[in-house]
Amino acid sequence: MKFSVNKKEVFASTGGRPFDKQKPLIIFIHGSGLSHITWVLQTRYFAFHGYSVLAIDLPGHGYSEGPALESIEEQGKWISDVIDSVGVKEASLVGHSQGCLVVMECASQFPDKIKSIGLMGGAGAIPMNPELLELAEKGDPKAVDLMMDWAHGPAGHFGGHPVPGLHHINLGGSIVINGSVKNALGVDFRACDNYKNGFEAAKKIKCPAINILGDRDRMCPVKEGKKLADNITGSEVEIIENCGHMILLEEADKSLAILKKFIRKNHPAE
Amino acid sequence: MDPKTYKFDTISLHGGYMPSKNAGSRQVPIYQTTSYLFDDVDHAAALFNLEQGGHIYSRISNPTVQVLEERVAALEGGTAALATASGMSAIFLAIMTLCNTGDHVVVSSQLYGGTVNLFRLTLPKFGIKATFVKPRDTEGFKKAIQENTKCIFGELVGNPGNELMNMPEIVKIANEAGIPVIIDSTYQTPYLFKPLEHGADIVVHSLTKWMAGHGSSMAGILVEGGKFDWLKTDKFPTMTEPYEGYHGLSFAEEFGPVAFTMKARAEGMRDMGPCLSPQNAWNVLQGIETLSVRMEKHCSNALKMVEYLSNHESVAWVSHASLKDNPDYELAKTLLPKGTGSMIAFGIKGGKEAGAAFIDNVKLASHLANVGDTRTLVIHPASATHSQMDEATLKLANMSHDMIRLSVGIEDIDDIINDFEDGFRAAKKPRLVANK
Repeated sequence: MKFSVNKKEVFASTGGRPFDKQKPLIIFIHGSGLSHITWVLQTRYFAFHGYSVLAIDLPGHGYSEGPALESIEEQGKWISDVIDSVGVKEASLVGHSQGCLVVMECASQFPDKIKSIGLMGGAGAIPMNPELLELAEKGDPKAVDLMMDWAHGPAGHFGGHPVPGLHHINLGGSIVINGSVKNALGVDFRACDNYKNGFEAAKKIKCPAINILGDRDRMCPVKEGKKLADNITGSEVEIIENCGHMILLEEADKSLAILKKFIRKNHPAE
Repeated sequence: MDPKTYKFDTISLHGGYMPSKNAGSRQVPIYQTTSYLFDDVDHAAALFNLEQGGHIYSRISNPTVQVLEERVAALEGGTAALATASGMSAIFLAIMTLCNTGDHVVVSSQLYGGTVNLFRLTLPKFGIKATFVKPRDTEGFKKAIQENTKCIFGELVGNPGNELMNMPEIVKIANEAGIPVIIDSTYQTPYLFKPLEHGADIVVHSLTKWMAGHGSSMAGILVEGGKFDWLKTDKFPTMTEPYEGYHGLSFAEEFGPVAFTMKARAEGMRDMGPCLSPQNAWNVLQGIETLSVRMEKHCSNALKMVEYLSNHESVAWVSHASLKDNPDYELAKTLLPKGTGSMIAFGIKGGKEAGAAFIDNVKLASHLANVGDTRTLVIHPASATHSQMDEATLKLANMSHDMIRLSVGIEDIDDIINDFEDGFRAAKKPRLVANK
């Protein structure tokens, strides 16, 4: 659906069901340069099982009006504005990669609005490889190829997508390429590289949290994910074997099963 | 710093498959089953509602077929692929996924005869009409586009006349009109040409041909490029608007770069069901493992045959884009740097009678209705593959009655040439041979 946040048009997938503000809300926040498409194997389930879902396109991504927001702090504040814009008092947040930083920033700035948080492939800091950052900021599509290589574990490189016929790396790459390498991916990478407040934000989080990690993640390795979890009071940790950074797609069923259990417990639907 | 994603030859062998998820089986297992157990009622409902991925029924998807789909998607650079029972069913499925009654398509006039008949005779029964344009008439494609046109369809190198479409220019025309381009790339295989890299939106293959190579199994496939923005236009309501068949799902909103494949599978395979058997998928996978080495030999043999035929006293003309005097020579050099393929069309002096005598007297070359076998194949299109076309359609396809279609195999080139010498000898005395 399309709606307005700070007078700019925003697109969010509602998981195939009309948005209903009476139902508990889960907001899904994508990673660098990506879009709502990455969440399709989580959002439809929740939308058909008692929740309202918004898999948002961050500003300047997917079908949301730009420009992209240049800092994680701004993006965290923007998620709070999304919650206000749809007329809801509280939401659970689920993030992937950069989306995890946004979730933590929002949950630490606006604790009263956040019911629970799920972090997939997260870390307290995501410093970028300088060459990759430079390529992305120049709009070089090689940045996308490198990102897709590093982001995927064995299933991404060999095959075996949970949805028959889909190709992990080419699908992921096309989501980024269909956006703007320079104005979305480049801005996102710079925002991640600049963000230094991750562990401080983590310490301020009071709501239930879960860190879902892939043991073959080369972008946010398990040890970084565990370090982040150690800074969030009471955070649960789930590690998925043989899984890279694209946990939400590479191991869609396992990550959904973990999320289902966590969100039903901490933010139940009637 | 370069990405370390696997390259073409490695993908041909390993793409789409992980032994560790299949009991360690080094070879792809053949999942000879119709259906798959659900974990519980919730899981079944989630699969049927596209909330989760997975297999339900082999008409919709099958794990062996899935390996083939991912492998071909990877080789073509596509976001997704959907395998079908044949190339023809892939084309039918593509059109039925995009078009409704009252829609129109612009089609190259030089296509496999079965495809011509699909567009000329069968699709009009569903209210979908086609305008045929000669492949070299780039401006003609633009002029043929109407308000209700939903795609441009063609073969890069037309069957059987070997004329090239100027794909980059035709892609520009389609982009301006906001419609996708579908390319049947059977002749090229991704080894020679990747249409998606040149702006096509959907690729179709008859996998029966060079991709498999062995001539043992029928199969087809659709590959999606993932770049066409269905939501940018109101031309494709079945892609963008809520679909009753899946509780109001918008394929474009939910699935973006794989929306076409998801719709073709969820609707097309569910309702029409042209599914590929796991055995045939496995057979095709065996062929794809050696695609590069076979295509190299096909192309090198084809060049030798072009030279041989061009200098032969019994040959009136030869059509192959590798020839410097061919109108498509420069375009082919740009689009097909690894080779112009192994299909040759040539005219035999003496017309139809001589052609028949030639075909009846070659022994190594097989006279049959296929192309892209590892063995050399010949046919007289006007009396076989394109015989259901009327004179006007044959003329539009630039087909003459003296034309012989040659699919060059990977046998020793000397043996192919010796065989052709026997054929040409007989063709010089067609009546004598016929009487004998």
